Amino acid sequence: MDRIKYDNRIVRDFAMATSIWGVVGMLVGLLAALQLVDPMFNLNAPHSTFSHIRPLHTNAVIFAFVGNAIFMGVYYSLQRLCKARIFSNLLSRLHFWGWQLIIVSAVATLPLGLTTSKEYAELEWPIDIMIAIVWIIFGLNMFATIMKRREKHMYVAIWFYIGTWVTVTLLHIVNSVELPIAFMKSYPVYAGVQDALVQWWYGHNAVAFFLTTPFLGLMYYFLPKAANRPVFSYRLSIIHFWSLIFLYIWAGPHHLLYTSLPDWAQSLGVVFSIMLLAPSWGGMLNGLLTLRGAWDRVRDDHVLKFMVVAVTAYGMATFEGPMLSIKSVNAIAHYTDWIIAHVHVGALGWNGFLTFGILYWIIPRIYNTKIWSSRLAGYHFWIGFLGILVYTLPMYFSGITQSLMWKEFTPEGYLLYPNFLETTLQIIPMHIIRAVGGGMYLTGAIMMLYNLLKTMKQGSLIADEEVSVSPMMPEESSKDKSHPGWGHRWLEGRPAQFTALTLIAVTIGGVIEFVPTFLIKSNIPTIESVKPYSALELAGRDVYIEEGCNNCHTQMIRPFRSETERYGEYSKAGEFVYDHPHLWGSKRTGPDLHRIGGKYPDAWHYAHFLDPNSMSPGSIMPSYHWLARKKFDIELVPKMIGAMRTLGVPYPDGYEERSIRHYRKQANAFILELKNSNIDADAESKMIALIAYMQRLGKDIKGQATDLSETTEEEQ
Amino acid sequence: MSAIFVLIGASLIVALGFLFAFLWAARKGQFDDTDTPSMRILHEDRKMAENGSDKDE
Repeated sequence: MDRIKYDNRIVRDFAMATSIWGVVGMLVGLLAALQLVDPMFNLNAPHSTFSHIRPLHTNAVIFAFVGNAIFMGVYYSLQRLCKARIFSNLLSRLHFWGWQLIIVSAVATLPLGLTTSKEYAELEWPIDIMIAIVWIIFGLNMFATIMKRREKHMYVAIWFYIGTWVTVTLLHIVNSVELPIAFMKSYPVYAGVQDALVQWWYGHNAVAFFLTTPFLGLMYYFLPKAANRPVFSYRLSIIHFWSLIFLYIWAGPHHLLYTSLPDWAQSLGVVFSIMLLAPSWGGMLNGLLTLRGAWDRVRDDHVLKFMVVAVTAYGMATFEGPMLSIKSVNAIAHYTDWIIAHVHVGALGWNGFLTFGILYWIIPRIYNTKIWSSRLAGYHFWIGFLGILVYTLPMYFSGITQSLMWKEFTPEGYLLYPNFLETTLQIIPMHIIRAVGGGMYLTGAIMMLYNLLKTMKQGSLIADEEVSVSPMMPEESSKDKSHPGWGHRWLEGRPAQFTALTLIAVTIGGVIEFVPTFLIKSNIPTIESVKPYSALELAGRDVYIEEGCNNCHTQMIRPFRSETERYGEYSKAGEFVYDHPHLWGSKRTGPDLHRIGGKYPDAWHYAHFLDPNSMSPGSIMPSYHWLARKKFDIELVPKMIGAMRTLGVPYPDGYEERSIRHYRKQANAFILELKNSNIDADAESKMIALIAYMQRLGKDIKGQATDLSETTEEEQ
Repeated sequence: MSAIFVLIGASLIVALGFLFAFLWAARKGQFDDTDTPSMRILHEDRKMAENGSDKDE
């Protein structure tokens, strides 16, 4: 027998991190939710405005709350499943502090508007590099522990952890290929449709491989442990893993249904998304059936209560997901609160409740005590559970209500609600109820934190848990003739297979190698009149990204009559070829902006940014008054243009050198125009750049793109 | 749409990687026993202590 020590300290550290960051993430979410009731909750500062803190909320919940929960569960279960102490204390420490540093960097940058605009990948390039390093440290620690395991069989949970690590590594790298321009500023190498496709390939798989597969691994370990009975079918769990892992990675395009993405890619996403129902429900049933014959225990055991709701929420979210991927359902749900309800069934129900269940199970164990108050844990369960219902139900009503209002026509064939604002005001009561639900859920999380701290106080941490485990039996020789090993010797005897494998390996290498060429080539415009943005407009685009406008406004008009009537001609792939990054958005809290250019005078925009209520009474858009005061860093403009040229945007020769001149010239034209309306604006302000960008949107296909040639400059 | 090559390439790498992992695991006999692993994890290496108190019990 070997005497070894499991490391519980690292488990405790991640447990604390997930509890604390969870509360922080939910608090930011509540602040964001309140602003969709009344914008005064932005506290009149850019850093606390919805468009800045919405990415902070999603990142905090996904990477800080759920991320730390994953690491907590993996570090606890992996040691016990492998019958080995975690490989390296140093790597564990580096992993823990590195991850917290990433989270702190996110808190420090996102509210300032330092963002890439790509959903769930908003963090800028230096933080992206940090994430890659810490993730690799985690991987080293995990794989080294698996290598030195004393249990030959790898329990299914370990497969889920490995699948998670491998896929997230690849997703992060492919999606983060960006060209740095300054510290905390970059442009992605992909443009328009391609950028959108890569983004949602990543975005969907972030849900799949960060919020789902690791948690399924945790479910397969902690649910049987908490119920003290084996999983319903171990065979099913293995099928669950392999089928899920092969299907998930193709589902991403369902986020882009009815957009400019080619139809065949949309259909690919739909087919795989619907197929996903089978493995997801197989896993969900496997979890629930584990409790067969033990349902009476769910009545008293708060840990099981949380886990049962979690697995049920997983089942509901994974039923809803494939349904939402059906084009006709998606036509109603996309861009609305329905999607917000859907993701919160997943986040609050599945991720949140499983995390809570695991925390209530682990903390007393590693502190060698009992939970301080099981009654308080019970209250947490009920307030959290009701919180989920109070949150999601109104959001379903809100989403469907607003969508139907957008699509409603009068008998004469006009839009019944031509003013977008009407549809927003209609759902405000639902947003109030939603905020109450979120507040209830947050209250529960705070109760848990208190309960856990009390539990820790009454017990004492077993930092190194000493156990005796039997060493692993030496492996049987793989050179047995009847059972050839999976090694080179096996390949050598099979030239055909060897050739095929080599070919595949080479082809993959080739694809990766030739891709940059394809990318440049595809930037040749497919619509003649679509031109690169002027210096001022490009600056305005950066301001749009910085202020997070894409969190509430889309730039993608779907080919429905209700949308072309409201916004104008539907969006076409060729219009986005110079968009690094794409700004299609995924939610219409406000109207689409793809054809906003020329719709309103400059003075309207100016007044609207200062006080949206002055132009649209009742609007829940906050004031962006700081835009009039803050200056755009004009010195950066030549660099921005140069970066765009590197990425294949065909600016006229030498435009970098005269870009600042052209910037000022175009800005001054706006100043003159505004003077006519008695507005005294600053030509270098971010406001002017943003208005210029607004006025450019949708102009290209009308043949009204800004002329960047030198001759026009000399004429004037 | 050439970004699709990156994605298909990347996705294929993952898929092939997992395919080989699966073949490796199957050959190593990882899936031969589909009963005992689920029982084995229930065995605790350490006896849970009975000290401490749940104030509501």
